[in-house]
Amino acid sequence: MSTELIIALVKASLILGVLLTNTILLIWLERKLVAGMQSRVGPDRAGPFGILQTVADAIKLLLKEQIMPLKADRAMYLLAPILALVPSFLIFMIIPLGPDLNIEVSGKDYIVDFVGADLNVGVLYFLALSSIAVYSVVLAGWSSGSKYPLLGGVRASAQMISYEAAMGLSLVPVILYSGSLSLVDIVSSQSGNLSTSIPILSSIVSFIPKWNIFPQFIAFGIFFIAAVAEVNRAPFDLVEAEQELVGGFHTEYSGFRFAMFFLAEYINMFNMCAITATFFLGGWLGPTFENFLPPVLSAIMPIIWLGVKTFSLLFIFVWIRATLPRLRYDQLMELGWKRLIPASLVWLILSAIVLGFREFGLPWS
Amino acid sequence: MVEALLFFAPASLIIIGALIVIFARNPVHNAMGLVMTLVSLAIIYITLNATFVAMVQMLVYAGAVMTLFLFVIMMIGVDKKEQSTDSIKGQTYLVSGVFLILISLLAYVAVSSDFKWDLWFAPTENNIEGTPQLIAGFLFTEWIFPFEIISILLIVATAAAIALAYDIKKRNSNA
Repeated sequence: MSTELIIALVKASLILGVLLTNTILLIWLERKLVAGMQSRVGPDRAGPFGILQTVADAIKLLLKEQIMPLKADRAMYLLAPILALVPSFLIFMIIPLGPDLNIEVSGKDYIVDFVGADLNVGVLYFLALSSIAVYSVVLAGWSSGSKYPLLGGVRASAQMISYEAAMGLSLVPVILYSGSLSLVDIVSSQSGNLSTSIPILSSIVSFIPKWNIFPQFIAFGIFFIAAVAEVNRAPFDLVEAEQELVGGFHTEYSGFRFAMFFLAEYINMFNMCAITATFFLGGWLGPTFENFLPPVLSAIMPIIWLGVKTFSLLFIFVWIRATLPRLRYDQLMELGWKRLIPASLVWLILSAIVLGFREFGLPWS
Repeated sequence: MVEALLFFAPASLIIIGALIVIFARNPVHNAMGLVMTLVSLAIIYITLNATFVAMVQMLVYAGAVMTLFLFVIMMIGVDKKEQSTDSIKGQTYLVSGVFLILISLLAYVAVSSDFKWDLWFAPTENNIEGTPQLIAGFLFTEWIFPFEIISILLIVATAAAIALAYDIKKRNSNA
């Protein structure tokens, strides 16, 4: 086996492990945070601060009986949880975690890039896989052979298609600004500090990092709202609105298959925040403190920075869930089609005009 | 070895998916068979270095078009039994006749021309990577005229769809 193949396998299994451990942490964190915001205690029995609660829940779900409704469509019913999980793992492959690393294997130097795969069409890959994820919800809803899941599935397909359009359109100005579809290039285009031609502002502005969130703040807002809707989180969780639809598309799923949907939802949430951090908050960029810290610690600083940014965004996700009430269905559709899509189109044209001026100057000069 | 695997696995999935589209009784299974075909086709595009085309294939066909198909199928309901009687008289005979003519035409062309069943042609040196930059370069220079015509066509279609869906009478009575 060639060394490149081994490196690829090691990277893939590392990403799998990181995502699974992260999910355990994330579910515990969400329950604790929501409990704190609602003046409750939250899980506190299993392990220190209840951190092993998720592990206990997972074991419980694995040991549970799996029930399939009689009227279920067998093939599609079994396919749906797999279709939920696979895209969520695949999306994380394109998120850059740090700068290139030089390692020496048996006398030969290898440059290992700290990313699953650096695709030159990374943004499109992300959008394509998140549109594949819609199938799992639609199929789960339809194949259960029950009315509440079907309603949840129909709602989900309409919602996810609508917000995908807004999400894709809000990313286009960022791509224009960075000049690349590769996520590695988008991160490296955000290194350094902001600069401006206005002399008074330049000294103040030069302390601010050149992250896309500052010039593209409207695109960031649209993308973040669309991201919350895309992963079906509150206040856009009409797909599984408990008061109306029992459990939505996964009502008829139990045991391990339910755990797969649950896992996919949290991995998708984590992915969305990591992608937002990569597009708008400079990804892994940040001070590495090479002068103060030992080289091993400063080498993993990029991962820590990405983690800090991702978990700050995840905190906002949980915060929104704990505070905002659910939208009505027509309000959801209006927000998507009548507010977010026109706003992202206008912002796209404005950014294109500004970038055109910078690149080519005034049209009449 | 890896290349052969990366060709034959998706290629056989394409054929299986296409057969599901034709033979499955349930409309949702048909639609999912088509999704399987389209996604496997995208994998073939990736092995041909056409990453941009592969991603657009996934995004547009597998992502958007087929989701809408599935949505429509679910909305109109799939519980209805398939029509077993011909809606057009003699449809079966007509279709089989046309099919036989087409097959014999294809067989005649294959036999009469010097077509060889040698699928193992040598790899070419000319490796072009289908990057977005390359495709955009062709699209916005050489092919700008067809590109603009298609954009006009799409705008006309969008305007027509809105005009069809927009109920003017209802709007007026509400106001």
